[in-house]
Amino acid sequence: MTASSYREALRQAHREALARDPRVFLMGEDVGKYGGTYAVSKGLLEEFGPQRIRDTPLSELAFVGAGIGAALGGMRPIVEVMTVNFSLLALDPIVNTAAALRHMSGGQFHVPLVIRMATGAGRQLAAQHSHSLEGWYAHIPGIKVLAPATVEDARGMLWPALQDPDPVLMFEHALLYNLEQELPAGAGEVDIRRARIRRPGRDVTLVGYGGTLEKSLEAARILAQQGIEAEVIDLRVLRPLDDATLLESVRRTRRAVVVDEGWRSGSLAAEIMARIMEQAFYDLDAPVARVCSEEVPIPYAKHLEEAALPQPAKIVAAVQNLWGNR
Amino acid sequence: MTAAPAPVPLPRELALRLLASMLLIRRFEERCAALYGEQKIRGFLHLYIGEEAVAAGVMPALAAEDAVVATYREHGHALLRGMSPESVMAEMFGKREGCCRGRGGSMHLFDAATRFYGGNAIVGGGLPLAVGLALADRMQGRERVTACFFGEGAVAEGAFHESMNLAALWRLPVLFCCENNLYAMGTALARSESQTDLCAKAASYGVPTLRVDGMDVAAVHQAAVTARQAVLESGAPLFAEFQTYRFRAHSMFDPELYRDKAEVEQWKQRGPIHNFTARLKAQGWLSEEEFLELDRQAGERVEAASAAAEAGEWEPAADLLKDVYTPREPA
Ligand SMILES: Cc1ncc(C[n+]2csc(CCOP(=O)(O)OP(=O)(O)O)c2C)c(N)n1
Repeated sequence: MTASSYREALRQAHREALARDPRVFLMGEDVGKYGGTYAVSKGLLEEFGPQRIRDTPLSELAFVGAGIGAALGGMRPIVEVMTVNFSLLALDPIVNTAAALRHMSGGQFHVPLVIRMATGAGRQLAAQHSHSLEGWYAHIPGIKVLAPATVEDARGMLWPALQDPDPVLMFEHALLYNLEQELPAGAGEVDIRRARIRRPGRDVTLVGYGGTLEKSLEAARILAQQGIEAEVIDLRVLRPLDDATLLESVRRTRRAVVVDEGWRSGSLAAEIMARIMEQAFYDLDAPVARVCSEEVPIPYAKHLEEAALPQPAKIVAAVQNLWGNR
Repeated sequence: MTAAPAPVPLPRELALRLLASMLLIRRFEERCAALYGEQKIRGFLHLYIGEEAVAAGVMPALAAEDAVVATYREHGHALLRGMSPESVMAEMFGKREGCCRGRGGSMHLFDAATRFYGGNAIVGGGLPLAVGLALADRMQGRERVTACFFGEGAVAEGAFHESMNLAALWRLPVLFCCENNLYAMGTALARSESQTDLCAKAASYGVPTLRVDGMDVAAVHQAAVTARQAVLESGAPLFAEFQTYRFRAHSMFDPELYRDKAEVEQWKQRGPIHNFTARLKAQGWLSEEEFLELDRQAGERVEAASAAAEAGEWEPAADLLKDVYTPREPA
């Protein structure tokens, strides 16, 4: 076991992928000389050279689209977009081309492309750098959506994502880059199909991912002091959702709270609640609840930002509510 | 008195092949229009009638290993790239024998075998894709060209500017083929662009340019051969503007309120098939009988395709979800 940060784990994953497969290259804004907006790719330019670590102009549409073309041409590109907010300038190539190409071409072409980006709030960056739009992407058939929430997943998701024949989007919550956790020596590839139970419990299932995993675990620790044993599920894969793991847990605990940094209306949280309703309604002892971001563009001031986001206290309250402690 | 037409500066056999190509597109498109009336073809249908010389001149200048990226007005490009009229027509019928098993339709023709990367219904959507294909070639040390077709309307999109910049900055072998037919749907170039000199736009990115009479298939072909060679030799992009004109409506839903019939008639005088045929006849390379025979062959080819499409089958609805993702072994 060695301690590693989420950032270092991602960097190591890139290093491994670049070394293992000559078709892999990284491109994006400031991934090279600057060392990456979140320093994920720091040092990689020196190690792998400018052909494989490509600084792009401020042209999200063009370099994401070029990533699709390069994937079609036999490469295995990793495209880094600075944040999910900026990925909106590349929605067209992602949704209209990458996601649709295989089906639209009758199975003739597929797009083995990985697009990574930061998501989420918590750094007082206000409304144009803080949103959690991964739920939108999880709406789109033809792409897969990953949300590594642990150092182990940061280390292990990239390689299998690159092995996937179809486009994979990886959402890295911006607050996780400094997360330090133990990483087993020789840590590598992880499964990218299943959700994981991060904390077993018998009384209620908390469903989180990305930035809400730590908050859910924190809530579970508080609840344990009150005698409520919460099970915490880390979705890990936002599309396709791993219903089996989710439902197995909810059927056991008979209660669920979904914790999602996206806004509640039309959210991933809503989708998860619907699936529980559709498939486990008669196993429930209480209506499924959720803790989402308030329906407001994420504000700048610290207290306002905190108030806008899911917090452990809100999760605890939502859980307590399931027993009618009003 | 009219001057004698200029002789065709190409070998006769090639010249006749280019004529046959244009005839194939023309008859194919006319058949499509009729089939649309019969409701065999549905959805959006964009015909290439009037613009045939561009695809007919460029396609034979490309090598088999090159890649082609096109737009929703791409039936002609697909046919001349080597896709069978049967697979293209069946696709438009929505049949399983279609190149995309009925999932794409007229605007989304794809063919892996001939490196035909669509068929893109997003104006400008193909340009970044072409840049990436060329990047893959560059990074894998393959000496080949990606030809990217788009209308002049795409020049207003950010995708054009971002792609031009990236291709020039990274010196990628893309042959940008702008089919300037003067109208983007109903919007004339001068009504949408402050700078109507399209070559000047490309040149501002340091991309060399060519302006070509897109109604003259011989000129298009010669320019395309030169352009492809230049891209290969420099390893950098080139922008070719083919000045052409669409004789028909933008799509089947267009009442053409935005242009005069007289203007259309004037351009028809410069019709690519009509004029090229006249030149070939004037220099004694083509008789009326030979022309009729070429035309008959084109018509026959199209009839066969349409009959095959009619006889084709529907993809079972049970296969609806096929090919959303690449099949993989269960976990
Ligand atoms: C991004 C986008 N915006 C608008 C449209 C609707 N649209 C389809 S074709 C067209 C005109 C494009 O004109 P041009 O690029 O000159 O090509 P042409 O149709 O003349 O071949 C428009 C506006 C679209 N398909 N995609």
